[in-house]
Amino acid sequence: MRHLLSINDLNKEQALEILDTALEMVRVNEGPVKKLPTLRGKTVVNLFAEDSTRTRISFEAAAKRLSADVINFTAKGSSLSKGESLKDTAMTLQAMGADAVVIRHPASGAAHQLAQGKWVSGVVINAGDGTHEHPSQALLDSFTIRQHLKGGSGDLSGIRVAIVGDILHSRVARSNILLLKKLGATVVLVAPPTLLPYEVERWGVEVSHKFSEVIPTVDAVIMLRIQQERMSDLYFPSEREYSTLFGINAERLALTKKGSIIMHPGPMNRGLEITADVADSPQSVVVEQVSNGVAIRMAILYLFIAGSQESGL
Amino acid sequence: MSVALNSADIGRAITRIAHEILERNSGSESITILGIPTRGADIAYRLASSIEAIEGSPVQVGALDITLHRDDLRMRAPRALMETKIPPLGVEGRTVILVDDVLFSGRTIRSALDALGEIGRPQRVQLAVLVDRGHRELPIKADFVGKNLPTSASQSVKVHLSERDGIDEVTIEGQVL
Repeated sequence: MRHLLSINDLNKEQALEILDTALEMVRVNEGPVKKLPTLRGKTVVNLFAEDSTRTRISFEAAAKRLSADVINFTAKGSSLSKGESLKDTAMTLQAMGADAVVIRHPASGAAHQLAQGKWVSGVVINAGDGTHEHPSQALLDSFTIRQHLKGGSGDLSGIRVAIVGDILHSRVARSNILLLKKLGATVVLVAPPTLLPYEVERWGVEVSHKFSEVIPTVDAVIMLRIQQERMSDLYFPSEREYSTLFGINAERLALTKKGSIIMHPGPMNRGLEITADVADSPQSVVVEQVSNGVAIRMAILYLFIAGSQESGL
Repeated sequence: MSVALNSADIGRAITRIAHEILERNSGSESITILGIPTRGADIAYRLASSIEAIEGSPVQVGALDITLHRDDLRMRAPRALMETKIPPLGVEGRTVILVDDVLFSGRTIRSALDALGEIGRPQRVQLAVLVDRGHRELPIKADFVGKNLPTSASQSVKVHLSERDGIDEVTIEGQVL
């Protein structure tokens, strides 16, 4: 059984296959009938032990467009909030015959645990685990970059991407770094030293603390959300100072390369890491990232579930 | 291995089908030709240029990938998707001519009809194939056939086209059991 737990589960060819498949899915999503019979009779469980809007509805829309049955399972209003363990929850899902479990969990490694513990027989898709990885987000980001800067085909060689903000807590950053490098792009991390992980220089990326100097050199800027819920310590003196040094605003937008794009995985803290005029500017592709997200997740569900062995129960 | 059609045979078959399509549809105005990738699409483009040469006006031609509509997805490893390319006039209200290289069980064509339904509602659908090798598993019949090739189910029919394989040739491989 193949799972999608980390970007490292994919080699370059497999990653490109997902992007190419997503391109066809975009065509389906633009057509008059947004429904395919591909996963009819399959069950996809969305197990979301952490709050999420766009990832959950994106996976739900993707599964429904491929005709799979979708069961949504969120922490609030389920036994997870009564203290049920992940294993017991997983065994319940197993008993329901899930062909795939899409899991979002606050603990890093939860998706691995679910897959390696063999608690479920279906495919496990990591939809974000703690501060570890968020592979589908990275795939949709690379897809969006490829659509705008590489004419929608091939790899990302020659593209330079800045990832700006809270690298320390960001699973989006980790998955994006792995995938962008795999696809041949150059990555520059821009953050205050307090928000960079230990030994980040070993990741094979450039690091800068001067956003305004980096901006004119890159083709795409990925802004990260300041994750207040993960910040127990003081990582920067004030929101205002962070915003001045590491936020994107109209002045910084004016420094960008012609044709470059501004991205944000959402949800945005308007006024903190990105100002409203930048978020709504023509260079911002935030809304497109969301619609590409559905296509990428359709591609992932198709490639990982179709043809997988029937569960051995 | 035996050669069932050589390059000249294939060329003649496509020219004849082009004339038959024009005769049946009183010209090329109402038709949209959609080939099923990969080799069905190659043949569709050849048919279109053959029709254009006869009529002297451009023909609506494209490709229709049917992978996501296959009924054997459960059993097989997922396949990479091919490009679907619908010509500018679309399929709504048109006479769509589906084109494939080999007609065998009929399942591909059933999938293609489903895929077509997602794009629009054609006035009518006709089917053109280079080779009909029999062994239908569904009630499907071709309107235009290049060559009927009686085969045993244990044999396989291979279509080679110069665009892709460097040579125009249809061969039958394997023994009659």
